[in-house]
Amino acid sequence: MPDTLQHTPLHDRHVELGARMVPFAGWEMPVQYTGVIPEHRAVRTDAGVFDVSHMGEFEVEGPHAHELLQATLSNDLDRLEPGQAQYTLLTNEDGGIVDDLIAYRTGRHSYLLVVNAANREQDFAWLKEREIPGSDVRDVSDDCALLAVQGPRAIERLGLPAAPPFTFAEAAVDGVEVMVNRTGYTGEDGCELLCMSEDAGRLWDAVLERGAVPCGLGARDTLRLEVCYPLHGNDIDTATDAISAGLGWACALDKEFTGVEVLRRVKADGPERRLVAFVMEEKAIPRQGMAIEGGGEVTSGSHSPMLELGIGMGYVPVAQASPDSELTIDVRGRARRARVVKKPIYKREG
Amino acid sequence: MAAAETYPADLKYHPEHDWARLEGDEAVLGITWFAADALGELVHFEPPEVGSTVTKDASYGEVESVKAVSDLIAALSGEVLEVNQEVRDSPEAVNEDPYGRGWLIRIRLSDPGQVEGLLDVDAYRQLLAEQ
Repeated sequence: MPDTLQHTPLHDRHVELGARMVPFAGWEMPVQYTGVIPEHRAVRTDAGVFDVSHMGEFEVEGPHAHELLQATLSNDLDRLEPGQAQYTLLTNEDGGIVDDLIAYRTGRHSYLLVVNAANREQDFAWLKEREIPGSDVRDVSDDCALLAVQGPRAIERLGLPAAPPFTFAEAAVDGVEVMVNRTGYTGEDGCELLCMSEDAGRLWDAVLERGAVPCGLGARDTLRLEVCYPLHGNDIDTATDAISAGLGWACALDKEFTGVEVLRRVKADGPERRLVAFVMEEKAIPRQGMAIEGGGEVTSGSHSPMLELGIGMGYVPVAQASPDSELTIDVRGRARRARVVKKPIYKREG
Repeated sequence: MAAAETYPADLKYHPEHDWARLEGDEAVLGITWFAADALGELVHFEPPEVGSTVTKDASYGEVESVKAVSDLIAALSGEVLEVNQEVRDSPEAVNEDPYGRGWLIRIRLSDPGQVEGLLDVDAYRQLLAEQ
């Protein structure tokens, strides 16, 4: 960990807006502006904007870039045309999850990877070590800023054309050139806008002017938890495998990639435990690290602003993993009842 | 809506950002505007049981915001007579009105002399200024 926290190009704007700044993965980031709950609701009902410039961006290019990534990432890049993206995992030899990321196919021989801030250096080193002649991996994170504009009215407010999820295109938002990625971490419609660092301020101002509510990492976490997107470092890590985590859909077990034999075996034998979603049946808020009776553990927990009760995810033995299973969570010494639910925990009506 | 920053002059304050309103041999306890603001919108109040005993300077329950859990520190010792059910049902009442609708528990004092050890509003404001 560096002694001094890194700042995104929008740091001064966050401070001016009165954001509460906190350390996160070596960066000083806004956790909230007015409050987690109103920011969360803005994204569920209209549009919110998050500065996620702390995330890492790698360009992978060359005639063998595809081959390098097919061998190191779990999902099947043969399914991607240029202009399409997919959620995928960087796996280790034990089938553990080094990181989860989104791969954007920018050309026949070029990809953009967007990785978690906390794992940026490790991911880069991992890929560099495995580079093959004809593939080049470059960390371009410092040149880029990334704004996630999310919510049912996000695209309309930005004046962008409709597009399917997991596609991307070049566009301009009020004169700022951006890559519009139809991806996000909230379960809502919207996009992630990638721009040059020096344009970040102008883009942020334009997005706010268009009515998106500034949102911090606090709301980002409650939004992703309601829709059961895993957080690397909480719900998944190098000691957890994709099958137990319910991410088998992002693993092409019919191709060869790092750790695939282990994942095939877990899939064939059936995992011993599963990452489940649950809601509290009593007033209580589950938190990461709390024990679940029977050998399980909470990996993410919070208050759901939409359901107005405690929700979470955690690993439990398979016998407890089916929907409607009753769980008992140790909330600082108090036994509190919870119930396993199907993912996602929150689903938009209609 | 969260309340504006205030510290009523008729309350006694504990350095852990708790207040006490004395009513004869009873007291009403709560958390200050400063504590509520630092936590953010409250979403859970874990109260003590009516009839149990709370001890000055020790935890008697918890409040939680989306991101954080905080122990409630008793400003005074005594027996719990009443728990504020409104805060149990709608914890945000603490943010909206920390000294009114957002009170937490009522106790019967076991050692009224402890009041001498609490801060008056000027001393509490001084403490906030030094933080």
